[in-house]
Amino acid sequence: MALDSKIPKGPIADKWTNYKNHIDLVNPANKRNIDVIIVGTGLAGGSAAATLAELGYNVKAFCFQDSPRRAHSIAAQGGINAAKNYQGDGDSTYRLFYDTVKGGDYRSREANVYRLAEVSANIIDQCVAQGVPFAREYGGLLDNRSFGGVLVSRTFYAAGQTGQQLLLGAYSAMNRQIGRGKIKMYNRHEMLDVVKVDGKARGIITRNLITGEIERHSAHAVVLGTGGYGNVFFLSTNAMGSNVTAAWKAHKRGAYFANPCYTQIHPTCIPVSGDHQSKLTLMSESLRNDGRIWVPKHMKDVEAIRNKTLKPKDLAEDDRDYYLERRYPAFGNLVPRDVASRAAKERCDAGFGVNATGEAVFLDFASAIQRYGKEQAHVKGLDENDAALVKSLGQEVVKNKYGNLFQMYEKIVDQDPYNTPMMIYPAVHYTMGGIWVDYNLMTTVPGLYCIGEANFSDHGANRLGASALMQGLADGYFVLPYTIGDYLSDDIRTGPISIDTKEFEEAENEVREKLNFFVTNEGKHSVDYFHKKLGKIMWNKVGMSRNVQGLTEAISEIKALREQFWKDVKVPGTNEEYNEELAKAGRVADFLELGELFAKDALDREESCGGHFREDAVELDGEQKGEAKRDDENFAYVSAWEYKGEPSDALLHKEQLEFIDIELKQRSYK
Amino acid sequence: MNLTLKIWRQKSANDKGQLVDYKISDVSPDMSFLEMLDVLNESLVAKDEQPVAFDHDCREGICGMCSLYINGEAHGPDRGITTCQLHMRMFKDGDTIYIEPFRAAAFPVIKDLIVDRSAFDRIQHAGGFISVNTSGNTIDANAIPINKEDADDAFAAATCIGCGACVASCKNSSAMLFVGAKVSQFALLPQGQVEATDRVLNMVKQMDEEGFGNCTNTGACEVECPKGISLENIARMNQEYLKASFKG
Repeated sequence: MALDSKIPKGPIADKWTNYKNHIDLVNPANKRNIDVIIVGTGLAGGSAAATLAELGYNVKAFCFQDSPRRAHSIAAQGGINAAKNYQGDGDSTYRLFYDTVKGGDYRSREANVYRLAEVSANIIDQCVAQGVPFAREYGGLLDNRSFGGVLVSRTFYAAGQTGQQLLLGAYSAMNRQIGRGKIKMYNRHEMLDVVKVDGKARGIITRNLITGEIERHSAHAVVLGTGGYGNVFFLSTNAMGSNVTAAWKAHKRGAYFANPCYTQIHPTCIPVSGDHQSKLTLMSESLRNDGRIWVPKHMKDVEAIRNKTLKPKDLAEDDRDYYLERRYPAFGNLVPRDVASRAAKERCDAGFGVNATGEAVFLDFASAIQRYGKEQAHVKGLDENDAALVKSLGQEVVKNKYGNLFQMYEKIVDQDPYNTPMMIYPAVHYTMGGIWVDYNLMTTVPGLYCIGEANFSDHGANRLGASALMQGLADGYFVLPYTIGDYLSDDIRTGPISIDTKEFEEAENEVREKLNFFVTNEGKHSVDYFHKKLGKIMWNKVGMSRNVQGLTEAISEIKALREQFWKDVKVPGTNEEYNEELAKAGRVADFLELGELFAKDALDREESCGGHFREDAVELDGEQKGEAKRDDENFAYVSAWEYKGEPSDALLHKEQLEFIDIELKQRSYK
Repeated sequence: MNLTLKIWRQKSANDKGQLVDYKISDVSPDMSFLEMLDVLNESLVAKDEQPVAFDHDCREGICGMCSLYINGEAHGPDRGITTCQLHMRMFKDGDTIYIEPFRAAAFPVIKDLIVDRSAFDRIQHAGGFISVNTSGNTIDANAIPINKEDADDAFAAATCIGCGACVASCKNSSAMLFVGAKVSQFALLPQGQVEATDRVLNMVKQMDEEGFGNCTNTGACEVECPKGISLENIARMNQEYLKASFKG
């Protein structure tokens, strides 16, 4: 099957408007006869569920958590981008579009990104109307902050809890529709397969996580908003339950999986402390507005700091290496995430890591506290030379901006970041890859849609900060409700989809068989045993820096681990009860397949771009020496993998990317 | 360090349940409380025993999924955090730790330490929203300036994570801090005014129907709330309720 991205014709600024003017609509009376299933209730799924229900469709929404409000979008900290230009600093739809395409290292689809930038301003209006309490200035208007990789302030925020507030907004819109009976909500349900009838997605099979009951649910279309697959690394900033299962089952039913190797390793996370570690905690990128990143210049100081004979705050300015400011003077501490992560790894690999494991750098707020303190003293007419006063005033400002993050840090590390610099290290955070979708957000399976982090379309090879929330809500509130209507207009005479068909029966039987295998297999090792092993392979060989040898080894190691898993995994308990080990077993089984495809994709892409860094593709000389080297001539395509049985048999389809409105050039933040 | 854990085990909603003793050794002070339970569960699986069921997800204190009543306190002995942010450095070698589910008539036990908090969702269905459809034609976000103080207070109320610690800590199992926070968020914003009367009446009605108790101003909820939601929110809700009752 040839990939058709279905990008509308015409100038980029008119595409979306023209598209909306010419699609088929479903009249309100007919919408009442159409059912839509939405899996996942984060920003994308939640906003889509609410909007489709408002339009009149019958929505069935599913989440594995005990309430839609707990989806992992809730943990997003820093903010949401929108081209409002409230600061008058030259922002525009085009600039947001340009920054996002450039930030994604020219591996995203222009038309999708332009549409995203175009609807971004509507998102802010919609959220404020819903009562989302964004941060405001003293005049009562909305405040903005800056994020990495851009030169304007376009990020709207709510302290360090922006994702929480936006998700609660979408959740409240869902609640209104649940109350009206337009959304039927299924909490603590996990989707275990997609059901296709006559080639179209017509339903799903779920497991009730409390009772173990296997259920069939039918609809005229199925939407996946099931998030990213960062937990393939075991340790990541994702929630414990975040998984690839829904997306992977869709893949096995014919949805192509795009760019699995594009993973964002976030530069500012709390370092690993030991083998017991179950997850990693992010410290928002917004902290790089005010924090400066450094390691000591000299090895002797590194050693003194490690063995605690020197306090980091006592090291003289001249003996510190603010390596981001040194290497990237134009963007400094606000370079994009992939660049900042690689720079931290470079310093730590060279031996300058500041903690016992050698895998940490400092993020220091001392100069911000000074700057804010002096400003406050001036505003209040107090003594700007009183060091103690300036410090306490400055700390107050920093607390207002990032208090919750500082508290999180203190609780985990047991150090006070107001008085000593934070220690941070990169960690797996977000996956730009995902299910391939066309301009309509439809996968290669008719009637199966994919939105938010679960799809691949908008962030290319690297996502800019504060763009994930924007994309999730754009897809759910403003894009999918139009595009899915065009598809459903053909279904007004279809009538209800029966679940008593052989297609549903077969899918259900397959699900049951697999569950029965797990609870009856007499294995030796727990699910986590395998998950941790997989994570180690992924981090060491498919992580921040990749080479042919490592990737080839990873592929065979993952394959061997998968075979061992199916022989040796041990799951206690039964299927007919709450059984977290059983739920985890199914998820890890899918990670073990995805992991191999991920490595295969990384091996195929013989260039460095965004989060994908190949050691054999670097600039060898000139101003950009040592930086990532992209290869537009040979790799300006989306890799879309078709399932053919084993991951090693996956078939590559290429969607060639065309850059008409943005000139392809090297991404420089120097 | 070495610890004795007394953990509530209950097979299902209908089972009676009891405290069961477990010994755990080599606990690192840098572990989170839930990581300590992970280690315990790994050892139980190795011995072919049933692992302890507990709710958890984000493990960074924001999703509100984790619960646990630890040594008689919701989210354990530390302040301003959830159980997933509690670290073992708060305990000493040789300690005995009691681990129980959040207890309230409106939060029935599902299994072991997991309770059903869907009553909170149903209270929100009754009125925890502003009725505005998605259109792309709402007024510009900056068209109505909002006093920073009110906006900040609305935000502070909105940071509630819906974990239910307030209910578990209250001797009456009252949900008024939770409901008060949601009512307050909207009551403080101009967008929330249009539906203010119905909202507070409907949410309070649902709260009562779910079987939560009344508030007798002991303030335990505020002390145990991981997000520091203030008692002022309860006062504001009472005010809104009174206002609405006169109108209604």
